[in-house]
Amino acid sequence: MAVTSPAKLDAKKLRADFPIFEQEINGKPLAYLDSAVSTHKPRQVLDKLRDFYETSYANVHRGVYTLSERSTAEYEGARQKIAQYVNAASPREIVFVRGATEALNLVAYAWGLVNLEPGDLVVVTELEHHSNFVPWQYMAKRTGAELRMIELDEHGELDLSALDEIGSEGKVKVVANNLVSNALGTVNPIEKLSAWAHEQGAIMVVDGAQAAPHKAVDVQALGCDFFAFSAHKMCGPTSVGALWGRLDLLEAMEPFHLGGHMIRKVTFEETTWGEVPAKYEAGTQPIAEAVGFGAAVDYVNGIGLESIEAHEHELTAYALERLADVPDIKLYGPPADRRAGIVSFNLGDIHPHDVAQVLDLEGVAIRAGHHCCQPLMQKLGVAATNRASFYLYTLPEEIDRLVDGLHKARKVFS
Amino acid sequence: MSDFYREVILDHYKNPRGHGAMEAPDAQAEGLNPLCGDEVTISVALADDGETIDEVKFEGRGCAISQAATSMLTEIVKGRSATEVATLPKEELLEEIGIPLTPIRLKCALLGLGVLKVALHRAKGTPLPAEWAGLASELEIS
Repeated sequence: MAVTSPAKLDAKKLRADFPIFEQEINGKPLAYLDSAVSTHKPRQVLDKLRDFYETSYANVHRGVYTLSERSTAEYEGARQKIAQYVNAASPREIVFVRGATEALNLVAYAWGLVNLEPGDLVVVTELEHHSNFVPWQYMAKRTGAELRMIELDEHGELDLSALDEIGSEGKVKVVANNLVSNALGTVNPIEKLSAWAHEQGAIMVVDGAQAAPHKAVDVQALGCDFFAFSAHKMCGPTSVGALWGRLDLLEAMEPFHLGGHMIRKVTFEETTWGEVPAKYEAGTQPIAEAVGFGAAVDYVNGIGLESIEAHEHELTAYALERLADVPDIKLYGPPADRRAGIVSFNLGDIHPHDVAQVLDLEGVAIRAGHHCCQPLMQKLGVAATNRASFYLYTLPEEIDRLVDGLHKARKVFS
Repeated sequence: MSDFYREVILDHYKNPRGHGAMEAPDAQAEGLNPLCGDEVTISVALADDGETIDEVKFEGRGCAISQAATSMLTEIVKGRSATEVATLPKEELLEEIGIPLTPIRLKCALLGLGVLKVALHRAKGTPLPAEWAGLASELEIS
């Protein structure tokens, strides 16, 4: 089979789609290197939101009037786009949620709280964001199950050699892992973990928040049972995300939120649940945001996920190379060929807050903190790190400005 | 470089005043900002009148703002009465720091003062004012 390389992405041209870049920060052009926490929005998505509110907005699945039908068609159309985006077998497997965090809480409550029993094992990794860690730690405590950790090796990659030992210690019911680590950029072996989880009779819960915006995702090929992601990390609006779940599981599970729309029949005595996915979408949903999520999928697809991934890979390799030349820098995480567009580091003894503050004065926005990964920080033996993360609009010269800023920070604090 | 890291702040950061431990302090407390890992422990020696702050020492690590602010604080409070410092308005320290601080960095700047207030109120057996109680809990001051 011929290998074709993806079309090269023109980040400079794409930036014209993003109004946020039309301003200066502290007198400098904005170098936004914090896309792992949230991305900026292109006109195509912003226009869609305005257009939808101005021409098609009404509550969905409610009225018999024209506008409600139009709104419902847009909302369900977005669900279809999102289903195709992750290669779900059916749009019914896509549940709209507030974001990846709510998606993971949905699984923890609707599956975990009901199915976990004393002595069961819940397996998470040292690499998890709090959103795929805290719910499992909490559910384990509530149900009497035990939490087990897949540890990291010195490259910040999962050490799978202890899986057999974990499996021999009890009944594994849940395995939870992110496809891409938000703190280190590590790309995790979900296919392997899914296969292992299923051998144990466990479900595989994947936090896809840092993966879905940046690379083609095929939930069926990953072999997992649940996959959570957020629109705001992929050019879409805040307050909306998706949970993909295997239909048989979604049908068997208890509901999460209770109220309007999620019911089949309510009497004074009892209530029966509606069909999936309505069963998980109680109350008025973030309708326009979901439609905007669909527009974000269109935008990202229009550029091409392979092109985005290749662009970010180039940036990451360049950043790791340039950063390695900065004196006293300590880089965390795997080499460029095994990581996504996220680079974590510390600069000597200079506190990340001070590094980020100096960079901000240069118009360069990076993250400084624990990245909602306090257990990982504990493992790394640091309170915080600096983190630069890239997206389709990131330019190599912004990495140059990051490096220049780091030299400046060293000068200020030396 | 703008005025954010003023010369005086960098000087206090690089050459902290009153840095060190103290044997048998009359008042002591420590704090930790879990958000960024800033740590400060402050020890106070009172004069024979049991009221005048004779000496203040601090140990800690963290960002330049937290460490420089604590260093400045030791200079501000030395020789003043413990009662006065226990009720010292934060504005006095913030004026000394003299740069605009975002809410996140404000917590860095106030860590040392919060620790000192907890130490003094505890030593004197007086309750920590309500406006500081929230910060003391957030910054794990004890």
